[in-house]
Amino acid sequence: MTYSQRLRAQKRLDTDSLMNWLARFSVHIVLILLSLGCLLPLVLIISASFTDEIALTRFGYNLIPAQFSTTAYELIFRNPTVILRAYAVTVFTTIFGTISALALMAPLAYALSRPDFILRKPLSLFVFFTMLFSGGIVPYYILMTQYLRVQNTLFALILPYLVVVYYVLILRTYFAALPAELIDAARVDGAGEFRIFISIALPLAKPALATIALLTALNYWNDWTTALYFIRDSQLYPLQYMLYIIQSNAQAMQLQASVGNISVGEIPTQTARMAMAVLATGPAALMFLIFQRYLVRGVTLGAFK
Amino acid sequence: MDTTLNQSNRTTSVASSERNRWAMIRGHKFRRNLVWLLMSLPALLWILVFKYLTLFGAWIAFTDFKVRRGVFGSDFVGLDNFRFLFATDTAVRATINTIALNLLFISGGVIASMLIAWLFYEIYTSRLTKFYQTMLLLPRFISWVVVGYFVYALLATDNGLINMLLRNFGLEPVSWYNTPQAWPLILLLTSLWSGMGIGSLIYLSGMLAIDTQLFEAARIDGANKWQQFIYITFPIIMPLLVINLLLSLAFILNADFGLFFQVTRNQPLLYSTTDVLDTYIYRSLIVTQNVSMAAAAQFYQSIVGFVLVIFFNWIVRRIERADEPLALF
Repeated sequence: MTYSQRLRAQKRLDTDSLMNWLARFSVHIVLILLSLGCLLPLVLIISASFTDEIALTRFGYNLIPAQFSTTAYELIFRNPTVILRAYAVTVFTTIFGTISALALMAPLAYALSRPDFILRKPLSLFVFFTMLFSGGIVPYYILMTQYLRVQNTLFALILPYLVVVYYVLILRTYFAALPAELIDAARVDGAGEFRIFISIALPLAKPALATIALLTALNYWNDWTTALYFIRDSQLYPLQYMLYIIQSNAQAMQLQASVGNISVGEIPTQTARMAMAVLATGPAALMFLIFQRYLVRGVTLGAFK
Repeated sequence: MDTTLNQSNRTTSVASSERNRWAMIRGHKFRRNLVWLLMSLPALLWILVFKYLTLFGAWIAFTDFKVRRGVFGSDFVGLDNFRFLFATDTAVRATINTIALNLLFISGGVIASMLIAWLFYEIYTSRLTKFYQTMLLLPRFISWVVVGYFVYALLATDNGLINMLLRNFGLEPVSWYNTPQAWPLILLLTSLWSGMGIGSLIYLSGMLAIDTQLFEAARIDGANKWQQFIYITFPIIMPLLVINLLLSLAFILNADFGLFFQVTRNQPLLYSTTDVLDTYIYRSLIVTQNVSMAAAAQFYQSIVGFVLVIFFNWIVRRIERADEPLALF
């Protein structure tokens, strides 16, 4: 290499590292902007919920409250029965539903992961074939309302997410990868199959179980469609459905008010609605932030294929 | 395994005890299988009821369904429901909307997810990656109801953020909930916002598996980042991308009900561009309570969907690598 060649190479390296630095810098900028974009909705709703009602009407929705006020929350907490009821329904279905779902899915997944289970092949086909088709909402609606008759009960809210076949598939894969020696050893020590499942397989599968539990809990927490179809009793409204009802009532009342039929006084104010949305989303967002590492791990397990 | 070991060790033992031993092992085996079966039963029952028994509900599509007379007591009407269904413009429009919007979401989603994955790849060692990932995953876990609230805060005619900005710039505010032609774009952005974080993760894992020596060599040859992406990263993750595309296409008749119902606030003025099969079925079932019509639409969606899944899954199976099974089945 001649001196001038080396010099040229050196120069290219310098510009390279500068370009590299610039490239990395701009990547960070883009990702920061995207992250802010993802956060924007929550900020917008939170800000609206802390804005004075009149200011919100006059100055519009903004990322920073035009005029700070906690009236919306005071209004809600002055008469908290509605939101507390909805909270109770949602918390109950989320906790009870998630536990039941794991209690159903984990044993099935474990059994299907055992190589010497005689029925493994036919049962796997029976379970996983359902991923390919769906009868859709209509037969399901008829089943729930005409045959199981669970409309307007808490069962209706819990039943739909008890078994998610895709989650069973993930759990089965995880159970199948557990070291066979441990299970054989327990068997030699005289532990029964159920005992092995409870005290060896389950603790070892904790990461996968945590991922599935989180996904299931979020399914229950964010569910409003089930109530849309099956819950007419306002005592049993879950949080998200209550939010939807408030919104669509307000929409209908505004329409009537604009025709001049009724006074606008009874509509929950815009800020109160936004405050409700904040209260309904808070726990789910918190759940997400605290356990998000399980979600990222869930991706490596193929939870979002 | 241990049985064969014991067998060879115990060649001296009497034949009868050996027979007992085999009986015991057989008993154990039977007991084990019984326990596994019992463990699976509750979930199997759920699957039987909710996945298989509901298939009989398809019969409703061929009957004049009356709630009082039940699924199999209602009068059989042959293909009448389907004739009515396709005679209405609404069902045809819903089908076209479903396919067109899904194509839009799929192509937009693939491009956005891949580019974001690439961004993550370039700074993967940075400590901030985790933070970005958390932020980009977050939207997926916010309920569609709340997303609807948020979109309303942006688009409200009188005081929405966007109209406020338009006014500040001296432009005419737009009555968004009355402007159907804007909604494919609004829905695309909402769906990207919600899904791109998770969508990017699969491509990122594909990229992380690439041998870094390839990039090293390309850099020495003077390739810049973009060239590296085009000539190395993209070709390598191409199979992953194709397979993802095919699997998405298999579900092209299924729309995300929450997106179309909540984000549009179920606004009839927007139906011309936002009414999809799922919202149409919901209205037939709950609002107009024409169960037979809903069932016909449902049957048609499910059957075509099933055929598509089988077809695309078959293609995926043919092109996937043996060491990396990606097909659904």
